Amino acid sequence: MAHVLPATAPERLTVLEGIPAPVWGIGLLLLAMPALASNFVLFQIFGWSFVLGTIALSLMVLAGYGGMVSLIQMTVAALAGYVVAILGTSGVPQISLGWPWWLHIPLAILIATLFGTLVGTLAVRTEGIYTIMITLAIAAAFFYFTRQNYVIFNGYTGFNKVFPPALFGIDWRQPVPFYYLTLGCATLSYLAVVWMARTPFGLALQGVRDNARRMSALGFSVTAHRVLAYSFASVIAALGGILLVWQNAQVVPGTAGIPQVIDILVIAVVGGLKRPIGPFIGALIYALLSVFSSDLLLAFGMSGERFKLVVGLGFLAVVFFSPDGVLGLWQRLQARMERRGRDLRPGGEGAS
Amino acid sequence: MMPSVAGRLNAAGSANALELRGVTRMFGALAALTDVTINVRPGERRAVLGSNGAGKTTLFNCITGDFPPTSGTIRFFGEDVTNFPPHERIRRGLRRTYQISALFTGLSVLDNVYLACRGVSRGRFSLLRPRTGDALLQAAESLIEAVHLEAVSHRLVGELSHGQQRQLEIALALAGAPRFILFDEPAAGLSPKERAELIEILSSMPKHIGFIIIEHDMDVALRVVESVTMLHNGRIFKEGPPEEIESDDEVQELYLGGGHG
Repeated sequence: MAHVLPATAPERLTVLEGIPAPVWGIGLLLLAMPALASNFVLFQIFGWSFVLGTIALSLMVLAGYGGMVSLIQMTVAALAGYVVAILGTSGVPQISLGWPWWLHIPLAILIATLFGTLVGTLAVRTEGIYTIMITLAIAAAFFYFTRQNYVIFNGYTGFNKVFPPALFGIDWRQPVPFYYLTLGCATLSYLAVVWMARTPFGLALQGVRDNARRMSALGFSVTAHRVLAYSFASVIAALGGILLVWQNAQVVPGTAGIPQVIDILVIAVVGGLKRPIGPFIGALIYALLSVFSSDLLLAFGMSGERFKLVVGLGFLAVVFFSPDGVLGLWQRLQARMERRGRDLRPGGEGAS
Repeated sequence: MMPSVAGRLNAAGSANALELRGVTRMFGALAALTDVTINVRPGERRAVLGSNGAGKTTLFNCITGDFPPTSGTIRFFGEDVTNFPPHERIRRGLRRTYQISALFTGLSVLDNVYLACRGVSRGRFSLLRPRTGDALLQAAESLIEAVHLEAVSHRLVGELSHGQQRQLEIALALAGAPRFILFDEPAAGLSPKERAELIEILSSMPKHIGFIIIEHDMDVALRVVESVTMLHNGRIFKEGPPEEIESDDEVQELYLGGGHG
């Protein structure tokens, strides 16, 4: 029954035994959230966080496990959204084909994955800053292409009225169903990444990150592993992209504009690139700041449109104080508390 | 070259483990290797000596394909591998270790060795986690025992001592079914006790596995090999059995200095 992992922690025996108590707590809290939070919070804060977190998770896979910082993830997500709008139904019937959901959703993921793999094939030949540049260049090209192409992408206006299919008779854009839909997809993506990290493919990917030359001296094709990492990440990005388009009910060139492309990087870095939970923490912070910082700014007598300033300052602060994001900050804080606890204990015992 | 006829006869009709013909490697205008021809029989153990910059590590990089030769051919057990990428050569039974440990510091010892075992078998892209009795996992564990690292097998490699990392280097090269191994200064930075362990590990390797060892420590190098190739300025300077090389006046002057033996 037990999948014993060749894990760094040998005591982690079965999948269920390995889950610590706080994770159970957070899980139950997330499941019960609709009873606690308003519809606005469910849809705008949590729903959006899960969607952005899923897209940023795809970047975490590439950057955290593969050592490749790709700026194409938002574009892959937007392409999946476009395919859903073009092959499914939208407010632009002269372009949309109206194919059923069981056809257009898998096709959207497939096409976006092929696109992401193709970009990966080009990008893996470069390293570091050049990977960032080449993926950013392709992202920019996609943005301008969709804005100018009216035959397929409907140019500047894009597609509106892109709704999720009413599966089981449920309107999935209602706050509570959308909350559970995005929670489910985010959890699924998260578990897939956690699982992947301990498989031969995932280990090899981390090996490529640590020392590519040694990996080829062990018999691995480094290029193939990097390209397939892009494929894996693209599937997750595509899933997030479809959810994003359903949430906004539209997809436009600006869905994957340069600011949005950069936002995904900010989210992943702020949350932490080392562990798959990081992007979701980053996304939650980003969503909270985006929604509430305008109120905060207004309270201080500044223009509410400057919320990006708050996001940017927060990003600077996190990167400055903790290169591995909020997660790293949290771990360091925990380690310091433990040290202080140890330092205090001998004195306390001596007194009693 | 002189040893090729004798080498062929010794191999009794079967192909040489390693056969380099006129291998030259240029870095821009600089010739790191010039017209190097070497034949190594299956199971033969050979030391490559030479001062810094003699071309020893470049020779290894040419053989593994990290830096393919500018001209010349390389045959591995009869097969022309000159234009093969490194991983294709490794899958045919070639292995190497690195002068400066090239390990996966963010992974555990077991993960490192498991990766090495996985690299030369199927399922490199598998998305299934290994099960308890997984053959490769067991192979990895016995390799870890062979290099005396079982006590730290779950520790991150970045936390290991220098000596332990050198031992892990060797474990990675022994994974799968190696037919020929290139050891690049395996004793570098080891304590006398660790050197003794290294000699024990090297001499207890199965007899059919041949190797070339680059080593400055004569006590290590000459105790585990049966032949020596001496490189100087990227060319072969001398070849012969260890005793002959050690007592050769020219070699003494060039490399060993007056003080040795």
